[in-house]
Amino acid sequence: MSIYLIVFLPLLASILAGFANKSLGFVVPKVLTTGALFIACGLSWPIFIAFLTGSAEASVFPVLKWVASGTMTFDWALRVDTLTAVMLVVITSVSALVHLYSWGYMSEEPDQPRFFAYLSLFTFAMLMLVTADNLVQMFFGWEGVGLASYLLIGFWFRKPSAGAAAIKAFVVNRVGDLGFMLGIFGTYLVFGTVSIPEILHAAPTMAGSTIGFLGHRFDTMTVLCLLLFVGAMGKSAQLGLHTWLPDAMEGPTPVSALIHAATMVTAGVFMVCRLSPMFEQSETAMHVVAVIGACTCFFAATIGCTQWDIKRVIAYSTCSQLGYMFFAAGSGAFGAAMFHLFTHAFFKALLFLCAGSVIHAMHHEQDMRFYGGLRKKIPITFWTMTAGTLAITGVGIAGVIGFAGFYSKDAILEAAFGSGTQVGTFAFWMGIFAALMTSFYSWRLVFLTFFGKPRWNQSEHVQHAVHDAHGHGHDDHAHDAHGHDDAHAHDDHAHDDHAHAPADLGMRGPDYADHGDGTGGYHPHESPLVMLLPLLILSVGAVAAGFVFNHAFVSEGEGEFWKGALVFHEHLIHAMHGVPMWVKWAPFTVMAIGFVTAWYGYIKNTAFPKAVADQLGPVHTFVYRKWMFDELYNTIFVKPAFWLGGVFWKVLDIGIIDRFGPDGAAAVVARGSTYAQKVQSGYLYSYALVMLLGLVGAISWVIAG
Amino acid sequence: MIGVEHYVVVSSILFVLGVLGIFINRKNIIVILMSIELILLAVNINLVAFSAFLHDLTGQIFAMFVLTVAAGEAAVGLAILVIYFRGRGTIAVDDVNRMKG
Repeated sequence: MSIYLIVFLPLLASILAGFANKSLGFVVPKVLTTGALFIACGLSWPIFIAFLTGSAEASVFPVLKWVASGTMTFDWALRVDTLTAVMLVVITSVSALVHLYSWGYMSEEPDQPRFFAYLSLFTFAMLMLVTADNLVQMFFGWEGVGLASYLLIGFWFRKPSAGAAAIKAFVVNRVGDLGFMLGIFGTYLVFGTVSIPEILHAAPTMAGSTIGFLGHRFDTMTVLCLLLFVGAMGKSAQLGLHTWLPDAMEGPTPVSALIHAATMVTAGVFMVCRLSPMFEQSETAMHVVAVIGACTCFFAATIGCTQWDIKRVIAYSTCSQLGYMFFAAGSGAFGAAMFHLFTHAFFKALLFLCAGSVIHAMHHEQDMRFYGGLRKKIPITFWTMTAGTLAITGVGIAGVIGFAGFYSKDAILEAAFGSGTQVGTFAFWMGIFAALMTSFYSWRLVFLTFFGKPRWNQSEHVQHAVHDAHGHGHDDHAHDAHGHDDAHAHDDHAHDDHAHAPADLGMRGPDYADHGDGTGGYHPHESPLVMLLPLLILSVGAVAAGFVFNHAFVSEGEGEFWKGALVFHEHLIHAMHGVPMWVKWAPFTVMAIGFVTAWYGYIKNTAFPKAVADQLGPVHTFVYRKWMFDELYNTIFVKPAFWLGGVFWKVLDIGIIDRFGPDGAAAVVARGSTYAQKVQSGYLYSYALVMLLGLVGAISWVIAG
Repeated sequence: MIGVEHYVVVSSILFVLGVLGIFINRKNIIVILMSIELILLAVNINLVAFSAFLHDLTGQIFAMFVLTVAAGEAAVGLAILVIYFRGRGTIAVDDVNRMKG
């Protein structure tokens, strides 16, 4: 019964905190929402452990009757099975820790109650999504998280880029949601119900049937699954519909950690796993899922290698990891996909929160070119981020022990290879390349941020911080005099670098050397305890989640753990164990290569990356500009849409409807009245003439009539 | 032999002259007052002529009434005119355009 509390406490807290807003001060809403989430988290773990030990059964808890219209009936109900239990702990744990972290990260924010209310609202919607017993309720949660994501990306709505990013996220998700909606309609059309258990039960009987769609006959299950997968692609930022995710980094960093790394973006993977018996019926759909996932994981990783913004690197990393989950699902290893989702939630939330801690320490500077040498200044952040990086790069020794990402990523790669199909092999190689790049960009991030010499003096943000501190006379340090001058002398340089110098790493010019240590007189501070605590807890998850849960999620015992919550292939597990030794060692090898490359390029020989980038020339530019997706979409969608909008607005609306409608009628009346006005001249004789004419008219009418 | 139709023709001519005097006149308001007198006289001629022709005295009595009313109307009209002239310093028809409602 605790599931009711888990789902509805965040909603209650959100409503109270949101409507009370600032009237109760900052502390009450924060305590309310954070407390609700910690209670929910405390209640979720026992449910998960019960499923882990095998003492719990899948069950459905009714809430309310929702719709009863003819043959279409469905209720609000909370479905709890293994799949839900996994998601429950992921969502509530990460959400609770992010709430706590936000106490520190958002402490200077004047709108804190609104922020915490949104966070809790998001958590409620996400819980609604994962506990859904029917597709419509899932869609409710789906849209709820979309709304919360929109609100939180645009939390700093006074910043135009944040507003634009929020709208972009919403619009791109609409494309996916259209597919999802069509999928739900189609499912209802075919199965006559939206109840998930009934659909999954009936799915095998539909294999091989055809359906008319867009004027052609297609395989029913392929059409339905592909439509549903379009929804998953939108939410999970897969190739083609991924453009919103990097822009979503405009939101506050805790939001990126919770929504755009750990939970919401994994909704697509969850949905595919939840409906896995449907996807199993269509080989085509499975192949599409695998290919899209494999392409995304490769493509996002290439971009991640070139970006300078610390949050964007992690955002592309998220995109890439989601690709892993999808090609695992597409290869039939739904358990491995969920396992990666589970471990990824911990280490990616950790990485984002660490990035937030770095940004906090560096006074909102996000460009890694202006970091460097932070290892000694913020040691706890450094060590926790290293734990996260070890987890995401998949450090571990096959068959012995490893960090969280090692188990789940290896399981995925082995499953892709073990599935034995052409698509699986393709996905395997893409995954290996992506793993190489994952290792490279993750270590690159760490090396740029924490190692080397400080390059802070070129950062505008840091300069402002130093400037402010000196202006208020807080810091009468030896750096005072030249620190002050730095701020002005290099302001223009910093501007230029932001805009034009993608390939140019901070180690430039001797003219910066004479300022000594490159700190610009700035002293980064470690974050407060409320921010470090979530980092430490999550790093425990990042280190141990794989080792502890490996057996339950992906092994011979998998069937007992999932209990039919998703499709599970015994033979695939055997195939995974039977893969050649080189397949088992390949991820480790590429990880090591990536590490060494990053070490060479960003610690040993810092001129090397620029030389490589120059050598590659247009290829580097193409990747750095994110494969030109934004430019492409601007050209083929945004600009025509604006043009069409302009036509509708200026020609159709203003030119035709307004001109002949309201504006036209008003103009006729106005012009008519100017003529009518002239009749009323005030001259006696013209009035008399009209009277006479009237009289003549009346008389002649009487006589003639 | 002068018949009733001659009277009617004369009165019609006088009536039309009166009406045109109102409309075409752009000089001053006294002309309008005179034109109204002319119209009333045309009507009087009609009344008297038909009264004599039909041997009915009612028409002639009516003519007396009309003359009386016309005299009163002329007096009132001229009085208004004098007041108006005092107020605006002109009685030119083109300047009298205050009746715009």
